[in-house]
Amino acid sequence: MNTLLTKREGIGFGVVFFILLVVMPVAEATKLIDPFTLNTWGKYLCYAILAISVDILWGYTGLLSLGQALFFTLGGYMMGMHLMLMIGKLGQYKSDLPDFLVFLGHTSLPTIWKPFYSFPFALLMVILLPGLLAAVFGFLAFRSRIKGVYFSILTQALTYGAALLFFQNDMLMGGNNGFTDFRTLLGMDLRSPGGQRSLYLATGLLLLCIFLFCKWLTITKFGLIQRAVRDSETRVLFSGYSAANFKLFVFVVASVIAALGGMLFVPQVGIINPSEMNTEHSLEAVVWCAVGGRGTLIGPIIGAVSVNILKSWATRAYPDWWLIILGVTFILVVLFMPRGIVGLPDQIKGLLNRMKRKPSETAEIPTAIAP
Amino acid sequence: MSRTPMLLSAEGLNKSFSGFQAIKDLSFYLEHGELRTVIGPNGAGKTTFLDLITGRTKPDSGTIEFEDEHNLLPMNEFEIYRLGIGRKFQTPTVYTDHTVLENLQLSLAGSRGVFRSLFARLKSEERDRLPEILKTIKLTDRAQWKAGALAHGQKQWLEIGMLLAQDAKLLLVDEPAAGMTDEETHRTGELLLSLAGNHTIVVIEHDMTFVRQISEGRRVTVLHQGSVLCDGSVDHVQNDERVIEVYLGRKSKAS
Repeated sequence: MNTLLTKREGIGFGVVFFILLVVMPVAEATKLIDPFTLNTWGKYLCYAILAISVDILWGYTGLLSLGQALFFTLGGYMMGMHLMLMIGKLGQYKSDLPDFLVFLGHTSLPTIWKPFYSFPFALLMVILLPGLLAAVFGFLAFRSRIKGVYFSILTQALTYGAALLFFQNDMLMGGNNGFTDFRTLLGMDLRSPGGQRSLYLATGLLLLCIFLFCKWLTITKFGLIQRAVRDSETRVLFSGYSAANFKLFVFVVASVIAALGGMLFVPQVGIINPSEMNTEHSLEAVVWCAVGGRGTLIGPIIGAVSVNILKSWATRAYPDWWLIILGVTFILVVLFMPRGIVGLPDQIKGLLNRMKRKPSETAEIPTAIAP
Repeated sequence: MSRTPMLLSAEGLNKSFSGFQAIKDLSFYLEHGELRTVIGPNGAGKTTFLDLITGRTKPDSGTIEFEDEHNLLPMNEFEIYRLGIGRKFQTPTVYTDHTVLENLQLSLAGSRGVFRSLFARLKSEERDRLPEILKTIKLTDRAQWKAGALAHGQKQWLEIGMLLAQDAKLLLVDEPAAGMTDEETHRTGELLLSLAGNHTIVVIEHDMTFVRQISEGRRVTVLHQGSVLCDGSVDHVQNDERVIEVYLGRKSKAS
């Protein structure tokens, strides 16, 4: 349990991240792939970050949170506020105020908006606001020992409530139109290929850092306890650990991870509105985890990217069928690939072994003689 | 002469579940270093009694004190555990997806904080203790197995090993021999006997051969309908009219 990556894992992850972080941007810079493709992949990587946040809760701690899209969107909104102010006088109304505020009849910037001129402040809020919300909500939920499906329902309700709130114009968050028409970030033109490439690289690097951080968590004693909570919470309590505190920590960490993904998502897609904040998005992220392989860290990345490639293709080729394709994929994966794409090689190996062995010898050999 | 300090004293406990009185005016005292066996027919309240001690459920009335100074009633499961009260469940409850060694590691005494766990390292004395425990519970060659792959009896031993790793002052052992072969049962008995003296142990059991093995010259408490029916040596309780009556369900001729 003490090495960060085994040799085999190290090579695999090395290859994946080399392609994502070096091959893709170079290919785009040398015009082998077009900027639109790179931009699309940048979006996928943001989704991969969201999927990791679902997985460290669901796959590692046994908490199925349907609120991760909320934290993702909140992070996006905090970044969006900064981006809105960076538009300056370039908006429709040629005002210093964001267009929607002018439209609502405001003549001066509301106080809560003022600090968002500062990028570091916006970054701080990306982490603080979702983190704080997760801490308060988690504290109340876990202290009352809310588990299983009740926890899922509560997180879903929280997301729904927040979306209703953001739909209101009085929130001064752009109502149902949200924020859009972004121009620059840190002086960089968001609509230029160079700007998009930088954002892509930032997303890839962030994904790498989050991946390594979560990987490190799994090999610490904390990681052992985290999985213990998933498998036998009663025993954890009777081993003297406050399961609630451990769950709260994971919940806060996962929410901040989701928010960071949302922060980079918004400048790449160019829009954020409350319809992102819904249960379907959280559920989709759950499907990505299941398809890629939950309880692993590379699984959610593979799942998020592959399901979204499928989605991009299907929504163009068979737009009416997409949800049915998604549903069927999910059912098939749950039934036949319980460990997802990542578990497929082992599954095939196991199947071949079973076919080779005589029926009398098929008694289970513990798969657990760990390396 | 001063009174021997009690390790555990429970007085006047009552607990009912939606009308059913599981524990009725139960008092129970345990001295340091005792190995006490608790027997009783199904529904006598044995497991509920352990639930009350370990904070899993709270009594309707009564008091439970540990080492004469800790009142257990306002505490929750993990706080009670941290006082040094370890519990083995009736059905083996181990971390099935963790290796045997990791199961023991998680049970080792020490910090239980979230942030400490991020940077926790095994101390050298802990690294020495683990093989010792593995030897005691006869799982040395299974150290790297996932606990879920162990045989039923081995899981039971692992769970006892986890209590040893914890260095519990009081071990509460619920039906350790359930589902075991005769030989495994005997070995479990030897294991518990080897722990007696250094630890205070309460064993709940059904199997009378096993009870005879571990309670030779020790006290046995019989529970019936939520309260203590009688108390004494194994021969004494086995010949007690009331015990025979509740166990065999026939009217005693003498009464």
